Parts: sequence; C-alpha cells; structure tokens
Amino acid sequence: MKLNRWLSAIFMACLVLLSGCEIDNQTIAQNSLVYCAEGSPASFNPQTDTSGTTIDAIANQLYDRLIRFNDDNSIAPALAKSWHLTRDGKMVTFYLRKDVIFHQTQYFTPTRNFSADDVVFSFERILNTKHPFHQVSGGKYPFFQNVQFSNIVEGIEKINDHTVRFKLREANSSFLANLATDYAVILSQEYGQQLLSQGRQEEIDSKPIGTGPFKLQSYQSGSLLRYYRHESYWHNEVKLNQLVFDITASDTGRLTKLLTNECDVIAYPIAPHKIKENPNLIVEEVTAFNIGYLGFNTQKAPFDDPLVRRAVAHAINKDAIITAIYGEQGEIAHSILPKSSWAHDSSVIPIEYNPEQAIALLQEAGYEDGLTFDIWAMPVQRSYNPNALTMAKLIQADLNQIGVKVDIVSYEWSTFLRRLGQGEHQSVLLGWSADHPDPDNFLTPLLSCNSAETGSNRAFWCDQEFDSLLKLALKTDNINQRKNLYLQAQAIFQRDLPLLPLAHSKRFQARHEQVKGKILNSFGGINFAEVSKL
Amino acid sequence: MLIFTLRKLNLFLFTMLLLTVLSFSLSFLFPGDQLTNLTGQLNITPSEQTALAKEYSHESNIAWQYAAYLGHILNGELGLSMTNQTNITDEILRLLPATIELSLFAFVIATIIGIPLGFIAAIRHHKPADHVILAFAMIGYSIPVFWLGLLAILTFSIQLGWLPSGGQISLLYEIERTTGFMLVDILLSDSPYKWQALQNNFAHMILPALVIAAAPATVFIRLARTAMLEVLQTSYIKAARAKGLSFSQIILRHAIRNALIKVVQHIGLQFANLVTLAMITEVIFNWPGIGRWLIESIYQRDYTAIQSGLLVLSSFIFLVHIITDYTYAALNPLARGAKYGSR
Repeated sequence: MKLNRWLSAIFMACLVLLSGCEIDNQTIAQNSLVYCAEGSPASFNPQTDTSGTTIDAIANQLYDRLIRFNDDNSIAPALAKSWHLTRDGKMVTFYLRKDVIFHQTQYFTPTRNFSADDVVFSFERILNTKHPFHQVSGGKYPFFQNVQFSNIVEGIEKINDHTVRFKLREANSSFLANLATDYAVILSQEYGQQLLSQGRQEEIDSKPIGTGPFKLQSYQSGSLLRYYRHESYWHNEVKLNQLVFDITASDTGRLTKLLTNECDVIAYPIAPHKIKENPNLIVEEVTAFNIGYLGFNTQKAPFDDPLVRRAVAHAINKDAIITAIYGEQGEIAHSILPKSSWAHDSSVIPIEYNPEQAIALLQEAGYEDGLTFDIWAMPVQRSYNPNALTMAKLIQADLNQIGVKVDIVSYEWSTFLRRLGQGEHQSVLLGWSADHPDPDNFLTPLLSCNSAETGSNRAFWCDQEFDSLLKLALKTDNINQRKNLYLQAQAIFQRDLPLLPLAHSKRFQARHEQVKGKILNSFGGINFAEVSKL
Repeated sequence: MLIFTLRKLNLFLFTMLLLTVLSFSLSFLFPGDQLTNLTGQLNITPSEQTALAKEYSHESNIAWQYAAYLGHILNGELGLSMTNQTNITDEILRLLPATIELSLFAFVIATIIGIPLGFIAAIRHHKPADHVILAFAMIGYSIPVFWLGLLAILTFSIQLGWLPSGGQISLLYEIERTTGFMLVDILLSDSPYKWQALQNNFAHMILPALVIAAAPATVFIRLARTAMLEVLQTSYIKAARAKGLSFSQIILRHAIRNALIKVVQHIGLQFANLVTLAMITEVIFNWPGIGRWLIESIYQRDYTAIQSGLLVLSSFIFLVHIITDYTYAALNPLARGAKYGSR
C-alpha cells in the first residue's frame, strides 16, 4: 500500500514536469529567435574589428550609421535624414534625426537623445590619436586605417545639435560608401564620458551602447550572446523580444540544431540541397561580393620569392577544390574582383593547373629537393570558404605530388586572427567579403601597403606602384578613368601574385519557415531588425 | 572510526601532494617557457615578468618553486588560460557544477537501473530473464560511448524529435547564476518561466545522462548479480528459509540489504570511469561542462588549462572515492579495521 502511494506520487511529479505549460512555452518561443552562429565576436564595436563573425553578431543589431545602403546599392538615409555635398566634393554636411534614443541597459541610462556630439565623438575616436578613447582597444581601426580615413578627412565639425560637417582633404569617390558600411557606427558620447569619469574606458568596446534595434543583455564567449529588443527604436517596431546567438562552431552541430528546432536560423548551412527537401525549412542565398584565397606571407621564406608563389599556384587543382568544397555554391576565381564588379579584368589569363611547370619553377627558385611549409586553415566556416580544413588537405595532396610537404595549422578563431595579424604564418586560407560595391573595397584592404600594417593584408605585400594606382583611382569620379587604373593595378597583382584567388561564393543561410523577414545582406553583416516569427 | 578517518586523511594529503607534484612537473615537460606554462601569462612587460618570477620563486631551487606553486594553488590561483587569458579558477568554478550535475544524474540512473536488474538476474539465476539481462549488459558495456551518443541524437533528436540534441537548457530561458548547478539555479530564480525552464533542463539532461549511464549500469548489473548470488548461498539465508520465511520475505528483509553493502563498495570506483565517459559525452552533446572545456584546451594546446583541469578533475574523483569509502565504512563496521592492501 505504502509503495503504491509512493509510486503514484512519483508518477504525478513526472507528469507535471513533462507536460509543463505548453501555452507559455509558445509565447516565449514566439517572441524570441535563436540564431546559430559559427563563432564568437572578437569585439562589440565594429570600428575595431572587421571579421565577418563579429560584424554579423553586432554591427546591425546594436548600432546604426549615418547612412546605409539600399538593396540596389544606392545610399539611403539612416541616422542622418539628409546630406549635402559641395560642388568641389570637399565638404559633406549631414542633417541628423532628432528622435533617436540610445539603449538603456543595466550599465547605462541615457539622459539625452542622439545628437551631433555623438557623431563627432564616434569619428574623433578614430581620427584623433590624442582622443581619450583612441588607444582603448590598441588604437587599431582596421577598416578606417585600410581606407586611410585620417588622410581623407581633415576635420569634423558640429554646426549645431543636429548638423555635422565633414571636411575632406580632397574629393574622394568612395567616402560616402565608406560611411554607409557596417563599421561607421555611432557610439554614445554621454556613455563615453561616464566611462571616462569612472576610469573604465575599455568597457566602451565590451559593454556596448548604441541606437540599434537590440541591446546587449549578456555574453559568454564561445557559448551565447543575448539581446533584448530596444523598445524605443527610431526606425521601426522591433518584433522580436529576445534575440539569442547560439555559438555553435561545428557545421553538423548547427544543422542538427536546425533539424531539432533548437535554432530558428543557422549560419552557413552544409548540404543545402538536403535542407531544401524538408518542407519546413528554407534555404536562402544572396550573391555575395567575396573572394576566397590562399595568401602567401611575402615577408617570410619561401614565399618572399614570387617564383615559389607561382609554382604553388600551378600545382593547385582549383577545379577539384571548387567541386569538393563549394559544389554549386561557388565559382572559380581568376582575379581578386568578382565578375559582377565593374572593374573586373576579363582579359586575365588563368593560371593553369600544371604540376610539371610547378616543378620547373621550384627548381628555378632553388628548391630542387622539395620544400616544406605551413598552411593555416581557419577553424570556422565563412561564405568565401565553407571548409578551410578540407581545402587545406586537398592542397596538401596536390602539393605532395610535386614533392612539397605541407603542414596544416589551425587555432581557435580569435587566436587564429591574432597570430595571423602578427604575421606568424607562412601561408593562409582566408578570404574577404566586401563591405560595399566599390572595387576599392577589395583591393585596398587586401593588398595595400597601409593594410599590411593594420592587419587585413595577410600577405604583407606592399608595392608602391600598385598603391599609387589605387590612390589615383580614388581621386576621380570618372568611372572609365577609374576602371583603367584598376586594370593596371590588377596586372601588377597578377605579376606578383601575393594571393592566389581560389573562389567566389554565394552566401547561404537556412531558417524555419515561420521566421519571416529579410536577414541576409549582400554586403556586410546580417540584420534582425525586421524579422518576426509567426 | 577516528583511526579510520585519520588514515583516510593521511592518504588524501599524500595523494594530493603527489598530484600537485605531477601537475607542477608538467610545466617543465610541456614545450615553451616554464613560467609561462605555469601562469599562462602572455604578452607581459619585462618588469611584470620579473615580478612574476619573484612571485613564483623562479630564481630559487626547485623545492621553493614547488612550494610557491603550492601556495598559489591553495589560494585558488590556477593562472590564466593561454588561449584567451581568462582566469582558469573562474572557468573551472563555472564549468565544474555542470559536469557534477550531469554525472550525478547519470550515476543515479545507472544505480536505479543497474542494481535492481542485477538482483533480478540473480534471483532468476539461469532462467531466461537472467540471460536477457546479461545479454543487455554485455551489449551496453561493449558499445563505445561516442557511437551510442551519436546514435541517440540521430534517433531521439533528429528522427523522432522527442529530445533536444545538445546544450544544458534552451538558451531562451535566462537563468540567473547563483550556485552554478542549473537545477538549483532554476528553482532559486524568479523567472516567470521557472517550470518550463526546469522541464526544458530536464529534457536536455535525459539523453546525455542515459548515454553516460549505459556502461556503469552494466557494471552495476554484474556487481549486484554476483553479490546477490553470493548472499543467496550463505548459511543465514538457508537458515531463514528453514525457518519457513517466504521467498519474497527473504529477499526483501535479508538478501537485498546484505548484497547492497557489497555493491556500495564498488560503486565509488565506477565514478572515475563515469566522469571519463561524461567528458566525451559533453563534447558530443555540447554540454557546457569541464570535460568539453578540457578537451578543447588539449586541442588548443592550452598548457595552463590542461594542467589545472587535470589537477581539479583528479582531486574531484579522488574525493568521491574517499566519500564512498566512508559510506562503506559507515554501513559495514568490519571495513573500518581493514588496512590498505589487506583486501
């Protein structure tokens, strides 16, 4: 009898525990979205980090810019209602919105709305080396240093609370495009001052305050990122109450979570054709402006010798790589610029797969007895390279045939980027996703002398002639003239081959059917501002 | 009992000493600078380097270096992670509860399933039930845990959609961290979704815990079966039978209690095995515990983390052994007098 009573009690407890309240469960899931991301952000300020993972996670969720890109790549107003460019192209005046409110979080409560002071603060931080926040995250502003922002902008002036003027040193055809990228975010000057008075400046990049559709609730590196809705977002009503980034590095792990309903949307799905078979799942793709490449560290042996670079290029079977790694999602790259770019050089003669020629070139370079080097393969999936490790293995096998031994090296993503920035690698499988449609956005960050110092030029290649061509191209608005200059620059690139272009790919994302709204952008990161769940 | 306690304490201290010596020597055996391996501090200025060397008695002889290291451990300072410069003590304190929670849950499952099944097998000695149970035990023991884990995810998560495939709780539930033990934290939290969170956490725990429990459960089946068979052969059972007690009375009043004592002694030893299985399972089920963290550290060659992780895990397992010894001694007065090596 006693036993029976116990059994029934246990049974009841289990029943309560397992049945739960389905209705409440529904509401929390309906207002929330779980996005399975491939890695942790390295910073909470897009000014200081350009890696795609960071930008995806933070840029559009937390911040706004003065202007932004429309779907057709034209420039649209954002925090600035309108702007005016003088005839000589040297003065740009922005007229700002008045009703924009910064995030209110556990660590900051704003007392005033967005104003010209915030714009001046955000850009002065980058430009003015004596600014109290300039050195906070090591004084590196990769995107802005790559485009030589401090050489473009002479000064920023607050005209009144809602008008700001940028003075340029000379006309620059990509200035507005630069300001519309995900990196040109507006920070809160009031928050900055509060941190400064408390001596906690470094928190500006780890505990973010912006005007974006979501505000940060909590973050655990390698595990999760929790955002809550910004109740008084200026642009539109944000439909999701909670946005969670579930950081799942393994691609099979993400796919599993999508299938088991643990994720609503996943980044970089594998086997998209399989997902398409499931009626509840949708695969989206956008044509992305990107390039996956094998970068040679031109400052280090053996790749300081252009002959070795060319030899390796001849030994790699790109067709096999495209088939194995990208399938239908990518096309072979012969040049840095994708075909859809107006500056693409269609006359480039592809480097053919020719092991004999590779051996001959190696002998010419003095490596008759073969050669050993490292390939760094990134540990995360990016659209431009969905599986760097497998790609490295394929390259390893190709090179093995011409007597070259390759060691594959990989680290956790943030460590990988840090060491890469320090130039510890010999060669690396990496890529670049463009931030805006201008061809300068491929050539300058990847190959200019300046970005060799700031870190996005992973080949550490610096050619004065190439550099001056890029600079000349920026000074003019005449598109034919610019195209001509870019073609000349690409010829120098083909001659020296600091990077071996491998593939251009589409960007994929998979989601459950009930998730509605546009998430993927052709340029830059993803955006959840207009997403809802049925 | 006092002498027994003193003896256990003695053993504990010496084993801990040996463990720290081993962990200390690892900093010499790993490649790279010994001080860096020990503290995990990278990118420090020369003056900081000097201060650190002084703090760890780096210039003195090895005995002093070891003493300084021991001092840091006793203060709970395990250094920084070489990969991301986070404090290892904080990391371990954050992750260990999740592992303990999962291991305990698996342990309870293994005990609840294993011991009664073992008893049933013994009672039905050489009958079909006995053979079936033994066959299951054999299969359960032979299946590699990583395969079983993947199989469980494939069947119950992907195909049937009954249970989640990984993690500790759905990330939608924001549970404030107080003790580190998720179940306790949920009960303490003032979230309006408390009960759903509890249910969700429970659902997340079932698959990994069952996978971990599979191997120990089969060991418990064999232990319980052997113990029960032995007890059933003893003269006091025969005497009870001669007195005219029914079979169920004999089993419930005499056999189970005495067989359990024999089982308890070996249960603790299984815990080390269970924690090893938990480490692998954590990787498969993405469980945010110390096992996954340690395996990740090995993959990253984060020497400071490997060193401290091993030290903490082995001390934890050792502590569990001592607790079992104690429980056994409490249950069986005869065991208190036993010396090491005498059994």
